[in-house]
Amino acid sequence: MLTEEERKEIEVHIEKMPKRQAACLEAMNVLQKYRGWISDESLRELAEFLDMSPHELDSVATFYNLIFRRPVGRHVILVCDSISCWIMGNEKLEAHLKRKLNIDWGETTADKRFTLLPTVCLGTCDHAPALMVDEDLHRGLEAGQLDDILEQYK
Amino acid sequence: MEKPLTQHINPSRGPLNLKEYEAAGGYQALRKALKKMEPGEVTEEVKQSNLKGRGGAGFGTGMKWSFVPMGEDAPRQKYLIANADEMEPGTFKDRLLLEGNPHQLLEGMILAAYAIQASESFIFLRWAYKSAADILKEAIGEAYQAGYLGRDILGSGFNLEMNIHVSVGRYMCGEETGLLNALEGKRATPRDKPPFPQASGLFGKPTIVNNVETLSNVPHIIGRGADWFKGLSYTDEGGTKIYGASGRVKRPGAWELPLGTTLEEIIEEHAGGMLDGYRFRGALPGGASTDFLTGEHLSLRMDYSSVMDAGSRLGTGTVIILDDKTCPVGFVRNLERFFAQESCGWCTPCREGLPWVARTLQALEEGNGKPEDLEVLSFHTTYLSPGNTYCALAPGAMEPLQSALKYFKEDFEQHIRDGKCSYR
Ligand SMILES: Cc1cc2nc3c(=O)[nH]c(=O)nc-3n(C[C@H](O)[C@H](O)[C@H](O)COP(=O)(O)O)c2cc1C
Ligand code: SF4
Ligand code: FES
Repeated sequence: MLTEEERKEIEVHIEKMPKRQAACLEAMNVLQKYRGWISDESLRELAEFLDMSPHELDSVATFYNLIFRRPVGRHVILVCDSISCWIMGNEKLEAHLKRKLNIDWGETTADKRFTLLPTVCLGTCDHAPALMVDEDLHRGLEAGQLDDILEQYK
Repeated sequence: MEKPLTQHINPSRGPLNLKEYEAAGGYQALRKALKKMEPGEVTEEVKQSNLKGRGGAGFGTGMKWSFVPMGEDAPRQKYLIANADEMEPGTFKDRLLLEGNPHQLLEGMILAAYAIQASESFIFLRWAYKSAADILKEAIGEAYQAGYLGRDILGSGFNLEMNIHVSVGRYMCGEETGLLNALEGKRATPRDKPPFPQASGLFGKPTIVNNVETLSNVPHIIGRGADWFKGLSYTDEGGTKIYGASGRVKRPGAWELPLGTTLEEIIEEHAGGMLDGYRFRGALPGGASTDFLTGEHLSLRMDYSSVMDAGSRLGTGTVIILDDKTCPVGFVRNLERFFAQESCGWCTPCREGLPWVARTLQALEEGNGKPEDLEVLSFHTTYLSPGNTYCALAPGAMEPLQSALKYFKEDFEQHIRDGKCSYR
Protein backbone atom coordinates (compact mmCIF):
# COMPACT_ATOMS: atom_id res chain seq x y z
CA MET A 1 0.00 0.00 0.00
CA LEU A 2 1.22 3.47 -0.82
CA THR A 3 1.43 5.55 2.32
CA GLU A 4 -0.61 8.70 2.73
CA GLU A 5 2.55 10.77 2.34
CA GLU A 6 3.66 9.01 -0.84
CA ARG A 7 0.20 9.25 -2.31
CA LYS A 8 0.00 13.00 -1.66
CA GLU A 9 3.38 13.70 -3.20
CA ILE A 10 2.60 11.63 -6.26
CA GLU A 11 -0.79 13.33 -6.69
CA VAL A 12 1.01 16.67 -7.06
CA HIS A 13 2.76 15.33 -10.14
CA ILE A 14 -0.35 13.65 -11.54
CA GLU A 15 -2.30 16.89 -11.34
CA LYS A 16 0.13 18.65 -13.67
CA MET A 17 -0.28 16.06 -16.39
CA PRO A 18 -3.14 15.16 -18.73
CA LYS A 19 -2.45 11.43 -18.20
CA ARG A 20 -1.70 9.58 -14.98
CA GLN A 21 1.10 7.56 -16.58
CA ALA A 22 2.98 10.77 -17.34
CA ALA A 23 3.73 11.08 -13.63
CA CYS A 24 5.28 7.64 -13.36
CA LEU A 25 8.95 8.69 -13.34
CA GLU A 26 8.40 11.37 -10.73
CA ALA A 27 6.30 8.86 -8.79
CA MET A 28 9.10 6.31 -8.78
CA ASN A 29 11.41 9.07 -7.60
CA VAL A 30 9.06 9.69 -4.70
CA LEU A 31 8.88 5.99 -3.78
CA GLN A 32 12.63 5.72 -3.95
CA LYS A 33 12.96 8.63 -1.58
CA TYR A 34 10.95 6.74 1.04
CA ARG A 35 11.80 3.14 0.24
CA GLY A 36 15.31 3.35 -1.21
CA TRP A 37 14.47 1.23 -4.24
CA ILE A 38 11.59 -0.08 -6.34
CA SER A 39 10.69 -3.63 -5.35
CA ASP A 40 8.31 -5.79 -7.35
CA GLU A 41 5.69 -5.04 -4.75
CA SER A 42 6.26 -1.27 -4.98
CA LEU A 43 6.03 -1.58 -8.72
CA ARG A 44 2.67 -3.37 -8.55
CA GLU A 45 1.24 -0.87 -6.07
CA LEU A 46 2.35 2.08 -8.13
CA ALA A 47 1.21 0.58 -11.43
CA GLU A 48 -2.27 0.13 -10.03
CA PHE A 49 -2.34 3.67 -8.71
CA LEU A 50 -1.30 5.04 -12.13
CA ASP A 51 -3.61 2.83 -14.22
CA MET A 52 -0.68 1.07 -15.86
CA SER A 53 0.16 -2.60 -16.08
CA PRO A 54 3.10 -3.64 -13.88
CA HIS A 55 4.96 -4.79 -16.99
CA GLU A 56 4.52 -1.47 -18.67
CA LEU A 57 5.79 0.35 -15.60
CA ASP A 58 8.72 -2.06 -15.30
CA SER A 59 9.68 -1.46 -18.93
CA VAL A 60 9.91 2.24 -18.11
CA ALA A 61 11.65 1.69 -14.77
CA THR A 62 14.40 -0.47 -16.24
CA PHE A 63 15.18 2.07 -18.95
CA TYR A 64 16.44 4.75 -16.58
CA ASN A 65 19.79 4.75 -14.85
CA LEU A 66 18.62 6.06 -11.51
CA ILE A 67 15.59 3.90 -10.85
CA PHE A 68 16.89 1.10 -8.67
CA ARG A 69 15.17 -2.24 -9.20
CA ARG A 70 17.43 -3.90 -6.66
CA PRO A 71 18.03 -2.91 -3.04
CA VAL A 72 20.69 -0.27 -2.45
CA GLY A 73 22.60 0.70 0.67
CA ARG A 74 21.80 3.66 2.91
CA HIS A 75 24.08 5.80 0.75
CA VAL A 76 24.63 5.58 -2.99
CA ILE A 77 28.00 6.62 -4.39
CA LEU A 78 27.90 7.67 -8.04
CA VAL A 79 31.37 7.98 -9.54
CA CYS A 80 31.63 9.90 -12.81
CA ASP A 81 33.26 7.66 -15.42
CA SER A 82 32.99 10.04 -18.38
CA ILE A 83 35.77 11.56 -20.39
CA SER A 84 37.01 14.61 -18.49
CA CYS A 85 37.05 12.72 -15.21
CA TRP A 86 38.79 9.82 -16.92
CA ILE A 87 41.52 12.16 -18.18
CA MET A 88 41.93 13.56 -14.67
CA GLY A 89 42.29 10.16 -13.03
CA ASN A 90 38.88 8.84 -11.99
CA GLU A 91 40.25 5.29 -12.21
CA LYS A 92 42.25 6.01 -9.06
CA LEU A 93 39.06 6.99 -7.24
CA GLU A 94 37.36 3.87 -8.54
CA ALA A 95 40.20 1.58 -7.43
CA HIS A 96 40.38 3.20 -4.01
CA LEU A 97 36.64 2.91 -3.39
CA LYS A 98 36.46 -0.69 -4.57
CA ARG A 99 39.36 -1.65 -2.33
CA LYS A 100 38.21 0.30 0.69
CA LEU A 101 34.60 -0.87 0.51
CA ASN A 102 35.51 -4.28 -0.81
CA ILE A 103 32.77 -4.22 -3.45
CA ASP A 104 32.56 -3.95 -7.23
CA TRP A 105 30.30 -1.73 -9.36
CA GLY A 106 26.66 -2.35 -8.58
CA GLU A 107 27.34 -3.99 -5.24
CA THR A 108 26.42 -3.00 -1.69
CA THR A 109 28.64 -3.32 1.37
CA ALA A 110 27.73 -6.10 3.81
CA ASP A 111 26.66 -3.54 6.42
CA LYS A 112 24.30 -1.98 3.83
CA ARG A 113 26.02 1.36 4.25
CA PHE A 114 27.17 2.02 0.67
CA THR A 115 26.25 1.05 -2.88
CA LEU A 116 28.83 1.85 -5.56
CA LEU A 117 27.73 2.83 -9.06
CA PRO A 118 29.31 4.52 -12.06
CA THR A 119 27.51 7.51 -13.54
CA VAL A 120 27.85 9.51 -16.73
CA CYS A 121 29.26 13.05 -16.74
CA LEU A 122 28.01 15.07 -13.76
CA GLY A 123 28.35 18.39 -15.58
CA THR A 124 31.21 19.58 -13.44
CA CYS A 125 34.04 18.60 -15.78
CA ASP A 126 36.05 21.73 -14.90
CA HIS A 127 36.43 20.23 -11.41
CA ALA A 128 37.24 16.67 -12.45
CA PRO A 129 37.27 14.02 -11.16
CA ALA A 130 33.91 14.16 -9.44
CA LEU A 131 31.43 11.94 -7.65
CA MET A 132 28.15 12.24 -5.79
CA VAL A 133 27.18 10.63 -2.53
CA ASP A 134 23.39 10.71 -2.26
CA GLU A 135 22.58 14.32 -3.15
CA ASP A 136 25.99 15.81 -2.44
CA LEU A 137 28.50 16.63 -5.14
CA HIS A 138 32.19 16.19 -4.33
CA ARG A 139 34.61 17.40 -6.94
CA GLY A 140 38.22 18.04 -7.85
CA LEU A 141 39.05 14.94 -5.84
CA GLU A 142 42.14 12.93 -5.09
CA ALA A 143 41.93 9.38 -3.84
CA GLY A 144 43.45 10.48 -0.51
CA GLN A 145 40.38 12.58 0.31
CA LEU A 146 37.91 9.75 -0.09
CA ASP A 147 38.15 8.21 3.36
CA ASP A 148 37.23 11.49 5.03
CA ILE A 149 34.32 11.95 2.68
CA LEU A 150 32.97 8.46 3.38
CA GLU A 151 33.15 9.19 7.10
CA GLN A 152 30.44 11.84 6.63
CA TYR A 153 27.94 9.13 5.70
CA LYS A 154 26.99 6.73 8.45
CA MET B 1 33.38 43.06 -24.15
CA GLU B 2 29.74 42.50 -23.27
CA LYS B 3 28.66 39.37 -21.42
CA PRO B 4 24.89 39.61 -21.23
CA LEU B 5 24.35 36.04 -20.02
CA THR B 6 26.89 35.89 -17.24
CA GLN B 7 27.75 39.46 -16.21
CA HIS B 8 25.75 39.13 -13.00
CA ILE B 9 26.76 35.57 -12.24
CA ASN B 10 29.15 35.10 -9.39
CA PRO B 11 29.37 31.47 -8.31
CA SER B 12 30.78 32.40 -4.90
CA ARG B 13 27.78 34.60 -4.12
CA GLY B 14 24.97 32.30 -5.20
CA PRO B 15 22.11 32.92 -7.64
CA LEU B 16 20.45 36.25 -8.35
CA ASN B 17 17.11 36.42 -6.58
CA LEU B 18 14.15 38.22 -8.08
CA LYS B 19 14.98 41.62 -6.59
CA GLU B 20 18.57 41.49 -7.77
CA TYR B 21 17.52 40.32 -11.20
CA GLU B 22 15.00 43.14 -11.51
CA ALA B 23 17.57 45.65 -10.30
CA ALA B 24 19.83 44.47 -13.11
CA GLY B 25 17.08 45.20 -15.65
CA GLY B 26 15.40 41.81 -15.45
CA TYR B 27 11.83 41.30 -16.69
CA GLN B 28 11.95 44.59 -18.61
CA ALA B 29 12.06 42.68 -21.89
CA LEU B 30 8.99 40.73 -20.84
CA ARG B 31 7.14 43.96 -19.98
CA LYS B 32 8.10 45.40 -23.33
CA ALA B 33 6.98 42.32 -25.26
CA LEU B 34 3.67 41.94 -23.45
CA LYS B 35 2.84 45.65 -23.82
CA LYS B 36 4.18 46.49 -27.24
CA MET B 37 4.81 43.38 -29.29
CA GLU B 38 2.62 40.82 -31.00
CA PRO B 39 3.74 37.20 -30.53
CA GLY B 40 4.83 37.07 -34.17
CA GLU B 41 7.04 40.13 -33.64
CA VAL B 42 8.89 38.38 -30.83
CA THR B 43 9.58 35.43 -33.12
CA GLU B 44 10.63 37.78 -35.90
CA GLU B 45 13.07 39.64 -33.66
CA VAL B 46 14.66 36.35 -32.59
CA LYS B 47 14.84 35.27 -36.23
CA GLN B 48 16.52 38.55 -37.16
CA SER B 49 19.04 38.12 -34.35
CA ASN B 50 20.34 34.95 -36.02
CA LEU B 51 20.30 33.13 -32.64
CA LYS B 52 21.20 29.50 -33.26
CA GLY B 53 20.28 26.71 -30.85
CA ARG B 54 22.96 26.25 -28.19
CA GLY B 55 21.98 22.64 -27.45
CA GLY B 56 24.30 21.24 -30.08
CA ALA B 57 22.56 21.17 -33.44
CA GLY B 58 22.71 24.92 -34.05
CA PHE B 59 19.30 25.24 -35.69
CA GLY B 60 17.92 28.79 -36.04
CA THR B 61 15.73 29.50 -33.00
CA GLY B 62 13.36 32.02 -34.56
CA MET B 63 12.94 29.74 -37.54
CA LYS B 64 12.06 26.82 -35.27
CA TRP B 65 9.43 28.89 -33.46
CA SER B 66 7.92 30.02 -36.75
CA PHE B 67 6.84 26.42 -37.51
CA VAL B 68 4.41 26.40 -34.60
CA PRO B 69 0.81 26.74 -35.80
CA MET B 70 -0.57 30.13 -34.78
CA GLY B 71 -3.87 31.95 -34.90
CA GLU B 72 -7.49 30.95 -34.43
CA ASP B 73 -7.24 27.48 -35.94
CA ALA B 74 -4.14 26.45 -33.97
CA PRO B 75 -4.55 23.92 -31.15
CA ARG B 76 -5.37 25.64 -27.86
CA GLN B 77 -2.82 23.66 -25.87
CA LYS B 78 0.85 24.23 -26.72
CA TYR B 79 4.00 23.57 -24.76
CA LEU B 80 7.36 25.24 -24.24
CA ILE B 81 10.16 23.12 -22.79
CA ALA B 82 13.60 24.10 -21.55
CA ASN B 83 16.07 21.28 -22.13
CA ALA B 84 18.23 21.23 -19.00
CA ASP B 85 19.26 17.60 -19.30
CA GLU B 86 22.92 18.41 -20.07
CA MET B 87 24.29 14.87 -20.09
CA GLU B 88 26.72 15.29 -22.99
CA PRO B 89 30.08 14.30 -21.50
CA GLY B 90 32.40 17.25 -21.14
CA THR B 91 29.55 19.78 -21.00
CA PHE B 92 28.89 22.00 -18.00
CA LYS B 93 27.65 25.32 -19.36
CA ASP B 94 23.92 25.09 -18.63
CA ARG B 95 24.69 24.30 -15.00
CA LEU B 96 26.39 27.70 -14.74
CA LEU B 97 23.29 29.49 -16.04
CA LEU B 98 20.84 27.43 -13.97
CA GLU B 99 22.72 27.91 -10.73
CA GLY B 100 23.76 31.49 -11.37
CA ASN B 101 20.80 33.28 -12.94
CA PRO B 102 17.56 31.26 -12.87
CA HIS B 103 15.27 34.22 -13.61
CA GLN B 104 17.09 34.90 -16.87
CA LEU B 105 16.03 31.43 -18.02
CA LEU B 106 12.49 31.91 -16.72
CA GLU B 107 12.13 35.25 -18.51
CA GLY B 108 13.43 33.66 -21.71
CA MET B 109 10.93 30.85 -21.33
CA ILE B 110 8.02 33.21 -20.72
CA LEU B 111 8.99 35.23 -23.79
CA ALA B 112 9.33 32.08 -25.90
CA ALA B 113 5.99 30.78 -24.63
CA TYR B 114 4.40 34.14 -25.47
CA ALA B 115 5.88 34.03 -28.97
CA ILE B 116 4.35 30.63 -29.70
CA GLN B 117 1.34 31.22 -27.42
CA ALA B 118 2.03 28.25 -25.19
CA SER B 119 0.12 28.08 -21.93
CA GLU B 120 2.27 25.46 -20.25
CA SER B 121 5.98 25.06 -19.81
CA PHE B 122 8.40 22.57 -18.31
CA ILE B 123 12.01 22.66 -17.29
CA PHE B 124 13.39 19.20 -18.00
CA LEU B 125 16.16 18.96 -15.44
CA ARG B 126 18.60 16.13 -14.89
CA TRP B 127 18.59 14.44 -11.54
CA ALA B 128 22.23 15.23 -10.74
CA TYR B 129 21.59 19.00 -10.73
CA LYS B 130 20.32 19.06 -7.15
CA SER B 131 21.22 22.64 -6.31
CA ALA B 132 19.81 23.86 -9.62
CA ALA B 133 16.51 22.17 -8.76
CA ASP B 134 16.28 24.05 -5.46
CA ILE B 135 17.31 27.34 -7.05
CA LEU B 136 14.79 26.98 -9.88
CA LYS B 137 11.93 26.05 -7.54
CA GLU B 138 12.65 29.13 -5.47
CA ALA B 139 12.80 31.33 -8.57
CA ILE B 140 9.58 29.93 -10.02
CA GLY B 141 7.86 30.63 -6.70
CA GLU B 142 9.11 34.23 -6.77
CA ALA B 143 7.98 34.66 -10.38
CA TYR B 144 4.46 33.46 -9.57
CA GLN B 145 4.33 35.80 -6.57
CA ALA B 146 5.36 38.75 -8.68
CA GLY B 147 2.84 37.99 -11.39
CA TYR B 148 5.33 36.96 -14.08
CA LEU B 149 3.80 33.48 -14.16
CA GLY B 150 0.27 32.23 -13.77
CA ARG B 151 -2.90 33.84 -15.07
CA ASP B 152 -3.06 37.20 -16.82
CA ILE B 153 0.64 37.93 -16.63
CA LEU B 154 1.25 41.66 -15.93
CA GLY B 155 -2.34 42.34 -16.94
CA SER B 156 -1.74 41.28 -20.53
CA GLY B 157 -4.23 38.43 -20.65
CA PHE B 158 -1.43 35.97 -21.34
CA ASN B 159 -1.35 32.85 -19.11
CA LEU B 160 1.56 30.52 -18.45
CA GLU B 161 2.10 27.70 -15.97
CA MET B 162 5.61 26.43 -15.30
CA ASN B 163 6.77 23.12 -13.85
CA ILE B 164 10.03 21.31 -13.25
CA HIS B 165 10.44 17.69 -14.26
CA VAL B 166 13.35 16.00 -12.52
CA SER B 167 14.68 13.30 -14.83
CA VAL B 168 15.98 9.97 -13.63
CA GLY B 169 18.90 9.79 -15.97
CA ARG B 170 19.50 8.63 -19.50
CA TYR B 171 21.44 10.49 -22.20
CA MET B 172 18.56 10.00 -24.64
CA CYS B 173 16.38 12.22 -22.45
CA GLY B 174 18.26 15.15 -23.92
CA GLU B 175 17.30 14.22 -27.47
CA GLU B 176 14.29 16.36 -28.22
CA THR B 177 11.78 13.59 -28.99
CA GLY B 178 13.24 11.19 -26.40
CA LEU B 179 12.68 14.01 -23.93
CA LEU B 180 9.01 14.23 -24.93
CA ASN B 181 8.55 10.50 -24.35
CA ALA B 182 10.28 10.74 -20.98
CA LEU B 183 7.97 13.60 -20.00
CA GLU B 184 4.98 11.43 -20.95
CA GLY B 185 6.27 8.73 -18.59
CA LYS B 186 7.63 6.43 -21.27
CA ARG B 187 11.02 5.06 -22.28
CA ALA B 188 13.13 7.85 -23.78
CA THR B 189 13.28 6.40 -27.28
CA PRO B 190 13.14 8.89 -30.12
CA ARG B 191 10.07 9.56 -32.27
CA ASP B 192 9.76 9.52 -36.01
CA LYS B 193 10.05 12.92 -37.70
CA PRO B 194 7.94 14.26 -39.31
CA PRO B 195 5.75 15.23 -37.65
CA PHE B 196 8.16 17.58 -35.94
CA PRO B 197 7.46 18.52 -32.31
CA GLN B 198 6.60 22.06 -33.44
CA ALA B 199 3.46 20.56 -35.01
CA SER B 200 2.92 17.50 -32.81
CA GLY B 201 5.03 17.17 -29.68
CA LEU B 202 4.18 16.62 -26.03
CA PHE B 203 0.85 14.72 -25.81
CA GLY B 204 0.48 15.37 -29.55
CA LYS B 205 0.37 19.16 -29.11
CA PRO B 206 2.64 21.75 -30.73
CA THR B 207 5.82 21.92 -28.67
CA ILE B 208 9.09 23.82 -28.71
CA VAL B 209 12.14 22.35 -27.00
CA ASN B 210 15.05 24.73 -26.56
CA ASN B 211 18.33 24.54 -24.71
CA VAL B 212 18.86 26.51 -21.49
CA GLU B 213 21.53 28.75 -23.02
CA THR B 214 19.38 29.41 -26.09
CA LEU B 215 16.44 30.54 -23.96
CA SER B 216 18.64 32.60 -21.64
CA ASN B 217 19.61 34.74 -24.63
CA VAL B 218 16.03 35.66 -25.48
CA PRO B 219 15.42 38.41 -22.87
CA HIS B 220 18.54 40.21 -24.10
CA ILE B 221 17.50 39.98 -27.73
CA ILE B 222 14.02 41.30 -27.00
CA GLY B 223 15.33 43.94 -24.60
CA ARG B 224 18.11 45.31 -26.77
CA GLY B 225 17.26 44.23 -30.26
CA ALA B 226 18.48 41.88 -32.97
CA ASP B 227 21.11 44.27 -34.31
CA TRP B 228 22.77 44.70 -30.93
CA PHE B 229 22.82 40.90 -30.55
CA LYS B 230 24.37 40.38 -33.96
CA GLY B 231 27.07 42.86 -33.04
CA LEU B 232 28.19 40.77 -30.08
CA SER B 233 29.86 38.05 -32.14
CA TYR B 234 33.14 38.17 -34.04
CA THR B 235 31.51 36.57 -37.06
CA ASP B 236 28.05 37.00 -38.56
CA GLU B 237 26.41 34.29 -36.46
CA GLY B 238 25.32 36.53 -33.61
CA GLY B 239 25.67 36.66 -29.86
CA THR B 240 28.05 35.33 -27.29
CA LYS B 241 28.72 31.70 -26.48
CA ILE B 242 29.54 30.04 -23.22
CA TYR B 243 32.71 28.19 -24.05
CA GLY B 244 34.39 25.83 -21.66
CA ALA B 245 37.55 23.80 -21.34
CA SER B 246 38.28 20.63 -19.41
CA GLY B 247 41.25 18.28 -19.36
CA ARG B 248 44.85 19.08 -18.46
CA VAL B 249 44.75 22.87 -18.65
CA LYS B 250 45.81 25.26 -15.91
CA ARG B 251 42.38 26.79 -15.30
CA PRO B 252 39.54 24.58 -16.50
CA GLY B 253 36.28 26.50 -16.56
CA ALA B 254 33.55 28.17 -18.59
CA TRP B 255 33.57 31.68 -20.03
CA GLU B 256 31.10 33.76 -21.99
CA LEU B 257 32.91 35.09 -25.05
CA PRO B 258 31.95 36.50 -28.43
CA LEU B 259 30.78 33.75 -30.74
CA GLY B 260 33.69 33.11 -33.08
CA THR B 261 36.46 33.33 -30.46
CA THR B 262 39.38 31.17 -31.60
CA LEU B 263 40.19 27.80 -30.11
CA GLU B 264 43.64 29.11 -29.23
CA GLU B 265 42.30 32.06 -27.27
CA ILE B 266 39.99 29.78 -25.29
CA ILE B 267 42.80 27.40 -24.40
CA GLU B 268 45.68 29.82 -23.96
CA GLU B 269 44.07 32.92 -22.48
CA HIS B 270 41.01 31.69 -20.68
CA ALA B 271 42.05 28.20 -19.64
CA GLY B 272 45.59 29.42 -18.92
CA GLY B 273 47.30 27.04 -21.34
CA MET B 274 48.29 23.44 -20.79
CA LEU B 275 49.47 22.24 -17.37
CA ASP B 276 53.25 22.22 -17.05
CA GLY B 277 54.69 19.10 -18.58
CA TYR B 278 51.78 18.49 -20.93
CA ARG B 279 51.38 19.41 -24.56
CA PHE B 280 48.21 19.99 -26.57
CA ARG B 281 47.43 17.19 -28.98
CA GLY B 282 43.82 17.65 -29.93
CA ALA B 283 40.39 18.66 -28.71
CA LEU B 284 36.73 17.88 -29.10
CA PRO B 285 35.25 21.34 -29.66
CA GLY B 286 31.82 20.78 -28.19
CA GLY B 287 31.27 17.67 -26.14
CA ALA B 288 31.72 13.95 -26.68
CA SER B 289 29.86 13.73 -29.98
CA THR B 290 32.03 16.08 -32.02
CA ASP B 291 35.04 15.38 -34.27
CA PHE B 292 38.57 16.03 -33.04
CA LEU B 293 40.38 19.20 -33.96
CA THR B 294 44.17 19.30 -33.73
CA GLY B 295 47.06 21.75 -33.56
CA GLU B 296 46.44 22.88 -37.13
CA HIS B 297 43.01 24.17 -36.04
CA LEU B 298 44.12 26.39 -33.16
CA SER B 299 43.39 29.57 -35.07
CA LEU B 300 39.92 28.32 -35.97
CA ARG B 301 37.01 30.59 -35.11
CA MET B 302 34.67 28.63 -32.90
CA ASP B 303 31.37 29.39 -34.58
CA TYR B 304 28.94 26.99 -36.22
CA SER B 305 30.04 27.36 -39.84
CA SER B 306 33.81 27.63 -39.26
CA VAL B 307 33.94 24.50 -37.12
CA MET B 308 31.76 22.72 -39.67
CA ASP B 309 34.17 23.73 -42.44
CA ALA B 310 37.01 22.21 -40.41
CA GLY B 311 35.17 18.88 -40.41
CA SER B 312 33.72 19.02 -36.93
CA ARG B 313 30.81 20.66 -35.11
CA LEU B 314 30.67 23.44 -32.54
CA GLY B 315 28.26 21.26 -30.54
CA THR B 316 27.95 22.59 -27.02
CA GLY B 317 31.12 24.71 -27.24
CA THR B 318 32.67 23.07 -24.19
CA VAL B 319 36.10 21.90 -25.31
CA ILE B 320 37.59 18.61 -24.07
CA ILE B 321 41.34 18.62 -24.42
CA LEU B 322 43.55 15.65 -25.29
CA ASP B 323 47.11 16.07 -24.04
CA ASP B 324 50.24 14.23 -25.15
CA LYS B 325 50.32 11.93 -22.11
CA THR B 326 46.76 10.70 -22.52
CA CYS B 327 46.16 7.77 -24.85
CA PRO B 328 43.88 8.68 -27.78
CA VAL B 329 42.73 5.06 -28.00
CA GLY B 330 41.76 5.03 -24.33
CA PHE B 331 40.09 8.44 -24.79
CA VAL B 332 37.91 7.15 -27.59
CA ARG B 333 37.27 3.86 -25.77
CA ASN B 334 35.90 5.86 -22.84
CA LEU B 335 33.58 7.79 -25.17
CA GLU B 336 32.33 4.76 -27.09
CA ARG B 337 31.59 2.84 -23.93
CA PHE B 338 29.45 5.78 -22.86
CA PHE B 339 27.57 5.82 -26.16
CA ALA B 340 27.11 2.03 -26.16
CA GLN B 341 25.72 2.17 -22.65
CA GLU B 342 23.39 5.06 -23.42
CA SER B 343 22.09 3.70 -26.75
CA CYS B 344 18.36 3.30 -26.28
CA GLY B 345 18.34 0.05 -28.24
CA TRP B 346 15.55 1.12 -30.56
CA CYS B 347 17.39 0.51 -33.85
CA THR B 348 19.68 -2.39 -34.67
CA PRO B 349 22.77 -0.67 -36.13
CA CYS B 350 23.28 1.38 -32.99
CA ARG B 351 22.19 -1.25 -30.47
CA GLU B 352 24.52 -3.87 -31.98
CA GLY B 353 27.18 -1.65 -33.49
CA LEU B 354 28.15 0.56 -30.57
CA PRO B 355 28.92 -2.28 -28.13
CA TRP B 356 30.99 -3.91 -30.86
CA VAL B 357 32.94 -0.71 -31.37
CA ALA B 358 33.43 -0.31 -27.62
CA ARG B 359 34.63 -3.90 -27.23
CA THR B 360 37.01 -3.59 -30.16
CA LEU B 361 38.53 -0.45 -28.66
CA GLN B 362 38.84 -2.11 -25.30
CA ALA B 363 40.67 -5.05 -26.85
CA LEU B 364 43.04 -2.62 -28.59
CA GLU B 365 43.68 -0.75 -25.38
CA GLU B 366 44.40 -3.94 -23.49
CA GLY B 367 46.86 -5.08 -26.14
CA ASN B 368 44.61 -7.71 -27.70
CA GLY B 369 43.94 -5.83 -30.91
CA LYS B 370 44.28 -7.36 -34.38
CA PRO B 371 45.16 -5.60 -37.62
CA GLU B 372 41.60 -6.21 -38.93
CA ASP B 373 40.22 -4.20 -35.99
CA LEU B 374 40.98 -0.94 -37.75
CA GLU B 375 38.76 -2.10 -40.60
CA VAL B 376 36.01 -3.00 -38.14
CA LEU B 377 36.18 0.46 -36.60
CA SER B 378 36.24 2.34 -39.85
CA PHE B 379 33.42 0.19 -41.23
CA HIS B 380 31.24 1.30 -38.32
CA THR B 381 31.94 4.97 -38.92
CA THR B 382 30.24 4.50 -42.30
CA TYR B 383 27.62 2.01 -41.15
CA LEU B 384 26.42 4.27 -38.32
CA SER B 385 26.64 7.53 -40.25
CA PRO B 386 23.68 9.96 -40.53
CA GLY B 387 20.67 8.43 -42.23
CA ASN B 388 21.45 4.86 -41.19
CA THR B 389 20.12 5.04 -37.65
CA TYR B 390 16.91 6.24 -36.10
CA CYS B 391 18.36 9.22 -34.24
CA ALA B 392 21.53 11.29 -34.00
CA LEU B 393 23.08 9.41 -31.07
CA ALA B 394 24.95 6.84 -33.14
CA PRO B 395 26.23 9.24 -35.82
CA GLY B 396 27.35 11.53 -32.99
CA ALA B 397 29.19 8.62 -31.43
CA MET B 398 31.10 8.07 -34.66
CA GLU B 399 32.42 11.63 -34.87
CA PRO B 400 35.23 11.34 -32.30
CA LEU B 401 36.07 7.85 -33.57
CA GLN B 402 36.35 8.70 -37.26
CA SER B 403 38.48 11.75 -36.55
CA ALA B 404 40.71 9.84 -34.09
CA LEU B 405 41.31 7.21 -36.77
CA LYS B 406 42.34 10.03 -39.07
CA TYR B 407 44.53 12.11 -36.75
CA PHE B 408 45.89 9.51 -34.34
CA LYS B 409 46.20 6.52 -36.61
CA GLU B 410 49.75 5.78 -35.50
CA ASP B 411 48.53 5.33 -31.93
CA PHE B 412 46.00 2.71 -32.99
CA GLU B 413 48.67 0.93 -35.04
CA GLN B 414 51.13 1.05 -32.16
CA HIS B 415 48.67 -0.72 -29.86
CA ILE B 416 48.24 -3.53 -32.38
CA ARG B 417 51.93 -3.80 -33.25
CA ASP B 418 53.26 -3.78 -29.68
CA GLY B 419 50.33 -5.58 -28.06
CA LYS B 420 50.14 -2.93 -25.35
CA CYS B 421 49.39 0.71 -24.64
CA SER B 422 52.57 2.78 -24.54
CA TYR B 423 50.95 5.48 -22.38
CA ARG B 424 50.44 3.22 -19.36
C1 LIG C 1 21.54 11.89 -27.86
C2 LIG C 1 21.26 13.35 -27.80
C3 LIG C 1 21.32 14.01 -26.58
C4 LIG C 1 21.05 15.37 -26.49
N1 LIG C 1 21.13 15.99 -25.28
C5 LIG C 1 20.83 17.32 -25.18
C6 LIG C 1 20.88 17.99 -23.93
O1 LIG C 1 21.18 17.40 -22.89
N2 LIG C 1 20.57 19.31 -23.89
C7 LIG C 1 20.20 19.99 -25.00
O2 LIG C 1 19.90 21.17 -24.93
N3 LIG C 1 20.15 19.39 -26.20
C8 LIG C 1 20.45 18.07 -26.32
N4 LIG C 1 20.36 17.45 -27.54
C9 LIG C 1 19.88 18.24 -28.69
C10 LIG C 1 18.35 18.25 -28.70
O3 LIG C 1 17.88 17.14 -29.45
C11 LIG C 1 17.77 19.49 -29.34
O4 LIG C 1 18.35 19.67 -30.59
C12 LIG C 1 17.97 20.76 -28.54
O5 LIG C 1 17.49 20.62 -27.22
C13 LIG C 1 17.24 21.87 -29.19
O6 LIG C 1 17.51 23.08 -28.52
P1 LIG C 1 18.22 24.30 -29.27
O7 LIG C 1 17.58 24.43 -30.61
O8 LIG C 1 17.96 25.44 -28.39
O9 LIG C 1 19.66 23.94 -29.38
C14 LIG C 1 20.68 16.08 -27.65
C15 LIG C 1 20.63 15.42 -28.87
C16 LIG C 1 20.92 14.07 -28.96
C17 LIG C 1 20.86 13.39 -30.29
S1 SF4 D 1 20.57 5.56 -32.95
FE1 SF4 D 1 20.83 4.49 -30.97
S2 SF4 D 1 19.95 5.92 -29.49
FE2 SF4 D 1 19.16 6.52 -31.53
S3 SF4 D 1 17.26 5.35 -31.82
FE3 SF4 D 1 18.86 4.07 -32.65
S4 SF4 D 1 19.38 2.75 -30.89
FE4 SF4 D 1 18.31 4.50 -30.03
S1 FES E 1 33.24 14.11 -17.21
FE1 FES E 1 33.01 13.88 -15.06
S2 FES E 1 31.84 15.62 -14.55
FE2 FES E 1 31.94 15.75 -16.72
